[in-house]
Amino acid sequence: MRLPTLRRDIECQQAVELVTGYLEGTLSRREARRFEAHLRACDGCEEYLRQVKATIAVLGSVQPDDLAPETLQGLLELYRQFRGE
Amino acid sequence: MVGHGLLRHGAKVTGRAGGLNRTAPAAAKHRIGRAPYAADVSDDDLVRRLRLGDESAFAEAVNTYHSSMVRLAQTFVPSRAVAEEVAQDTWLAVLKGIDHFEGRSSLKTWIFRILANRARSTGAREQRTTPVDLTDEATVDGRRFDAAGAWSDPPAHWSDEVVDRLSSGPLVAQVRAGISELPEGQRAVVTLRDLDGLSSKEACDVLGISEANQRVLLHRGRSRIRALLELELAKR
Repeated sequence: MRLPTLRRDIECQQAVELVTGYLEGTLSRREARRFEAHLRACDGCEEYLRQVKATIAVLGSVQPDDLAPETLQGLLELYRQFRGE
Repeated sequence: MVGHGLLRHGAKVTGRAGGLNRTAPAAAKHRIGRAPYAADVSDDDLVRRLRLGDESAFAEAVNTYHSSMVRLAQTFVPSRAVAEEVAQDTWLAVLKGIDHFEGRSSLKTWIFRILANRARSTGAREQRTTPVDLTDEATVDGRRFDAAGAWSDPPAHWSDEVVDRLSSGPLVAQVRAGISELPEGQRAVVTLRDLDGLSSKEACDVLGISEANQRVLLHRGRSRIRALLELELAKR
């Protein structure tokens, strides 16, 4: 797991703090390179990034509740009142 | 509960709207419970029809945005019923303001911004809102690293089957519950970015926060949900 020569720049505890910046593309080029170099040498952090991506995918599958027909009807009544009908 | 709210708000509006003397809407063609409109309905077209007083355009907008609006409002107010009322008030504000919508942001962002402002002031009255907390919060429990900051307890591997299973049934319910327990700022940002699919700029516009704060809140919210999934998977 531990490859000191490659991982000297950042440690795992710092790497996990950079994940969102990395995914958002807001790290500097140098930071991004160091992060990627760390990941290549570190199974734990590679897995961590994978889990964050999987988490984002699950979050994306969370749907809002369906619009109840009576809610739509109520809003349409409101609309008609607003339009002065 | 909700119906009561609708009537009450509707009654308030009637007097004011009476003098507007708008043209009658075109024949209503909307269907109830249809799937949300995809991106093929352009903002320009919807805005134009809303301005013309086209009731079917209003129904489309409600079908597209209302459920997400209620979900976002729930971040700031104590109950689903109050969130419905905030969303309903937002629709009135949208109808009143649509002539002044300049298209500098998307219609969705504009509507969500009105909603977030209303929900926050309502939440503040209900004494639920807390200031955005930007104090330090570790992404991963510090006890999982050794003195040098390397993993001593690295994350267990999630196989492809596990990842596939995440989006199904019980785990999604756990994630929903986890989102509702996030601190307000994290919940709002995670909802807008990861559930509603807004860009970081749009989320910042809606919430009136800086990109840097938005990123911190997103990072912490996602980190907490990942930790929750890790915990749930370890139980299975």
